[in-house]
Amino acid sequence: MSSREKILPLLRENARYSTEDLARQTGLDVEEVEATIHELESDGVVHGYRAIVDRNQIEPERVRASVELNVTLDRETGYDDIAQRLAKFPEVEGLRLVSGDYDFAMDVEGDSMREVSNFISEQVAPVPEITQTVTHYIMETYKEGGVEFEDGDDDDRLSVSP
Amino acid sequence: MSFEESERLETVPPSGIRRYFELAEEQDDIISLGVGEPDFAPPWAARDAAIESLERGKTSYTPNRGLRELREEIVAHVHDRYDLDYDADEEVLVTAGASEAVDLAFRAFHDPGDTVAVVQPSYLSYVPAARLAGADVVDVQTRREDEFKLTREVLEASGAAEADTLVLCYPNNPTGATMTREELEPVAEFVREHDLRVFADEIYAALSYEHDHTSIATLPGMRERTVVFNGFSKAYAMTGLRLGYALAPPEAIESMNRIHQYTMLSAPTTAQHAAIEALRNCEDDVAEMREQYDRRRNFVLSRFEEMGIDCFPASGAFYVFPECPWDDSEAFAEALIEEQGVAVVPGGVFGNGGESHLRVTYATGLDDLKEALARIEQFID
Repeated sequence: MSSREKILPLLRENARYSTEDLARQTGLDVEEVEATIHELESDGVVHGYRAIVDRNQIEPERVRASVELNVTLDRETGYDDIAQRLAKFPEVEGLRLVSGDYDFAMDVEGDSMREVSNFISEQVAPVPEITQTVTHYIMETYKEGGVEFEDGDDDDRLSVSP
Repeated sequence: MSFEESERLETVPPSGIRRYFELAEEQDDIISLGVGEPDFAPPWAARDAAIESLERGKTSYTPNRGLRELREEIVAHVHDRYDLDYDADEEVLVTAGASEAVDLAFRAFHDPGDTVAVVQPSYLSYVPAARLAGADVVDVQTRREDEFKLTREVLEASGAAEADTLVLCYPNNPTGATMTREELEPVAEFVREHDLRVFADEIYAALSYEHDHTSIATLPGMRERTVVFNGFSKAYAMTGLRLGYALAPPEAIESMNRIHQYTMLSAPTTAQHAAIEALRNCEDDVAEMREQYDRRRNFVLSRFEEMGIDCFPASGAFYVFPECPWDDSEAFAEALIEEQGVAVVPGGVFGNGGESHLRVTYATGLDDLKEALARIEQFID
C-alpha cells in the first residue's frame, strides 16, 4: 500500500489528525506523512479542508436546498458550459451531473427560504438552457461527509472486562 | 442445610479485579481500555437477519447442535479459510458463545487427576474451567523474549509432556501474540509425540494483522486431536448475541453435545440467524473493522514507545501488553483509574507471568485512545 493510500482515508476521516498521529497510525515517518500531504495538495487530489457542521446547533440556522435541474443542450452549449455558469454563483454549495430523471443535482444555501427561492427563480431558472427546476428544502441532516450527527455517547459496555 | 461451596468451587478464587471493577463503576468519566469488546456494532446485514427472524417468530429451540444451515455455513467458512473439512452433522457444535464450548470441552474430557497444560499469559477462564472439571493445571509460561509465542523449549520445561490437554489461544488474549505455521510446527510435533489433545481457542482468528491466521488443526496429525473454539463476538462484533462453536472429531462433539443438551439445549436462535448472515455476507465489514483495529494498534504501540514503556509489538487480537511501570500491576491499575479515570486490566489477572504487565485494548475509538494514552503518560510522569 502506497503512502498516499495509507494517508488519504485518514485525512478523509479527520483532516485535523496531526502529522504525528497520522505517522503513528500508518507506521510512516512524520517527514513522509508531511511530504505525502504536500504532494496530495499540489497534485490537486486534496482540494481543501472544511469543518463538518451540525447546522441545527448554530444560530441563525442557514437554509439549504437540494435542487433538481433539467437542461436542454444545443450545438454550442454542453453540460460543462452550464455547470461552469452555475458553479460561479456563491449560493451554490455543490453541483453534480447525475444520471436519471434530471440532469444536475445542485446544493444551494441561504439565510432564509425566501432568499433561496429568489435565487432559484431569479438567477437559476432564467438560464436559457434550464427547462425545469425542482427544489427540495433540507429539513433535517442526519449524516454529512460520512459523519453521523448524534450524541455518540451511547457506549454502555462494561468498564472492565472479567 | 447450608450453602457450603463444593470443594471444586473452592479451587476457583473470586475475580482478582473485583475491587477494581467497583472503582470503575463509581466513576462516570472513565475511558475504558479494559473491556475486550469491539466498539463497533454488528454488521447491519446480521442485525437485519436477527430482526427478521424475530418478526417471523423464529424463536423456538433449534437442534441441539445448532441450525443445520448455520453448521453448513461454518463448515464452508472453515473450508474457504483453511482448506480444512469438517462434517456439518457430526463435527460442529454451535454453542452460547465460545465460552460455553470451552466449558463443555473441559467437562467432557477430564476426570479428577487429569492434567491440563495452559499456555500463559492467557484468557482467564481456562484455569477455572479446568479446575471445575476436577483437573490439575500446569502453567506453560511463554516469555517476552520469545514474543509470547509457544516454543518447544517452553513446553518441555513446563512439564506439559505429562498433561492430557494443551490449551492455547492464538491470536492471544492478552498479549496480542500470533503464531505462524512454521512456529506452530514444533508445537504440533511435541503434541503428537506426547499424545496430547489440544484445545485451540481461535476466537481472534480474523484479527491477525501481519499474516493470515493458521489453525493448528491444519497441521499434520492435528485435526483428529484438536477441539477448535471460535465464535462471532470478536470478528463480527456480536458479543452480546452469545454465539460460538466448536469443531472437533465426531466422538468429541458427541460428548460435548451430551452436556450441552442438558444445560443449554441449544444456542440462542436469534443469534444463529444473525450468524448465518454474518458468514454469508459480512466479510467486507470484518475487513473494515480489521483495518481500523490495525491503525489503532499502530497508534497505541507507537505511543507506548514514545513513553519509553516496553510493549511487545502485538500482531493479533485487539490488545497490547505493555510492561507495567510499577511492580504491582493491580495497584497501578487501581491508581490509574482513581487518579486519571483510565481503565486497563492488571496483567496478573491473566495468570503467572502477567503481573508485571497491563492489558490495554484498542477496541475503542481513536479519540478516546488518544486521550487515555495522554492521561497514562501524564500519570507515569
